Order: sequence, then structure tokens, then C-alpha cells
Amino acid sequence: MASKRRGLPEINAGSMADIAFLLLIFFLVTTTMDVDSGISRKLPPMPEENIETPEIHKRNIFVVLINKNNKVLAGIGSPTNNIEIDGNGIINESLKEDVKAFVSNNGKKDNSSESPEKAVVSLQNQEGTSYNMYIQVQNELTKAYNELRNEKSNNDYGKDFDKLDPEEQKTVKKYYPMKVSEAETKAN
Amino acid sequence: MSKFKKGGGKSMPAISTASLPDIVFMLLFFFMVTTVMRETTLKVEVKPPEATEVKKMEKKSLVSYIYIGSPTQSQQATFGTKARIQLNDVTFSRKEVGEIQNFINAERLSKDEDEIPYMTTSIKADTDVTMGIVTDVKTELRKVNALKINYSTKKSKETN
Repeated sequence: MASKRRGLPEINAGSMADIAFLLLIFFLVTTTMDVDSGISRKLPPMPEENIETPEIHKRNIFVVLINKNNKVLAGIGSPTNNIEIDGNGIINESLKEDVKAFVSNNGKKDNSSESPEKAVVSLQNQEGTSYNMYIQVQNELTKAYNELRNEKSNNDYGKDFDKLDPEEQKTVKKYYPMKVSEAETKAN
Repeated sequence: MSKFKKGGGKSMPAISTASLPDIVFMLLFFFMVTTVMRETTLKVEVKPPEATEVKKMEKKSLVSYIYIGSPTQSQQATFGTKARIQLNDVTFSRKEVGEIQNFINAERLSKDEDEIPYMTTSIKADTDVTMGIVTDVKTELRKVNALKINYSTKKSKETN
């Protein structure tokens, strides 16, 4: 007999690859790679009783109203201009441009905001407003502020806002604080 | 010299597959680590709206989810088609919106005290729901002082 007697025969590892493949395919199929993403907002705290809301001058408020038919009206002081929305639900650029002009006015025009710090965007919606349109408007507002911040950081630091240090980002954010106020939903 | 002659005559040697299990295991571990299993089964239909200015959510362990949408087909027999709010595994109608306070308080109890200020509530609402129910949810969140929220949206391609 040429072969020596051994205690145990070696286990065949040839099928290990098959088992591993099986597991691999299971995890491949169950994996969802989507990352949670969204638009972040901070809600105002509940108003305390007998505290009067501070008066804001009309010129410092940019009102955006989305009514129950998903029509968007916007304007400084009161919602006067009709913002066009095309058939695909895309909001006209004019909303973003209006917000940008309003926030970065810095007291140049008498009927627009005094400074970016004082500028408030008031977003109003009604009971029947669709969530989609609301998000689209929020998106436009965010876009307006993002572009303003980007312009500011390019002016001051010569870089895009995303590429700034956290400290520098804070300075830019402080110059253009995003103030979106949301009034209670109006019935009807 | 004879070496070359020999080699020319023979066919290619078989590639060793001994390292195949290792490679597969590597891939397997990668997917095992990255996989996130769904914790809750959705009882409402949620198709988030699309937006361009989205940000990734950070600190997933500190996020509580609120789903808003119309019930899925299997749930429609019991709940109809009106939009409902899902917290964990239970759905609530718009009138029972006060349950959110209990939900947020329960979420807070499960976290460390020093982490509470960083907790975020993600509102995953369907494109077709109306703002009425969303505003009710937001009001409840304000009542329990859970002010950091995130409207869950998909990232859409640049439209302009």
C-alpha cells in the first residue's frame, strides 16, 4: 500500500465557492443602495401664549402663496405676481430670480428688503395644496439661497460654497441666513 | 532550448481557481456590510417627489421616519383610500394625528439623552397627498418640540 493511513480524510473544499456564491447572490438581490436624501428644514417652535409676534416691515417679507389649485403667487409684501408653471409642473425660473433679487437687495430699492439678514420668505399653502407642488416651491427657494451663497463665496474666497471650510461656510451662511417662515395652513 | 519546443507543443495550462472562493467571499462581505434591511413594512404607498437641491441624510440612527400616503392595496379593504400616517408598523388616520407625540417620545426614550437635540424626523410623504395632512403632522411635531425635519425627496436630474 503506497498511501499512508491518516486520522481523518481532508474535507473537500471545492463546493465552498458555490456556497459563497449563493450567499453573495442573496445579498446582491436584497441590497438597496439608495441613500436617504431630502430637503432639510427647521420648524419654528410653538408660539408661547401672550408673546407678541415681532412686526416685520412689509418690504422685508417675500410672500409665496400656493393655493389649492396649485397656482403659485409671489411678491414682496403680498402675493401679487402669478408664477407660471408649465405642463410638467416645472416652476418658472422667475420665482427663483425674484427671491434672489429680493434677498440681495441690501436696501437699494425702496420696495425690497433692507438686508439679507432681515429678509424673510413667507411660504403659505392651503389645505388642498399638493405636497408635490409644495416641495417644488421649497426646492426653488433652496436653489435661490444656494445660488446666492455660491456667488458670495466665489466673490470672497474664489471658491464654490461646497469647497469652503466649515468655518467659511458658516460665515457665508450667516451673511445669507435662510429664513423661510411658514404660516398655518389656511382652510378652504 | 528543449523547453521552448515542449511549451509550444502543449495546450494552455488550466488557470487555478483556488482563489475564487476568496474573491467571492470578499464580495460577499462587502454586500453583507452595506446591506440595510428594511425594518418596517410599508402599509402606505409612498412615492417621494423629486427635487434638485437635495442633501444626503446623516446619522441614520438618529432619524425617525413618518410615512404619509394612501394605504396599499391589501390595506384598502380595512382603511379605504384616504391618506394615512404610518408610524412604525401601525397606520393612523388624520384624526389620530396626536399619536405622533407618543411616537416621538418613544423614539426619544430609546436614544441617549445627549443625542436628543440631534434627532431628525424624516417625513416620507407621497407625491399625491395634500398639504392638509402634512401640516397637521408638522404641527404635532412642533408641539413635542421635534423641530428638525427633512422632507424626503428623490434627486431628479437637472431640468434647466
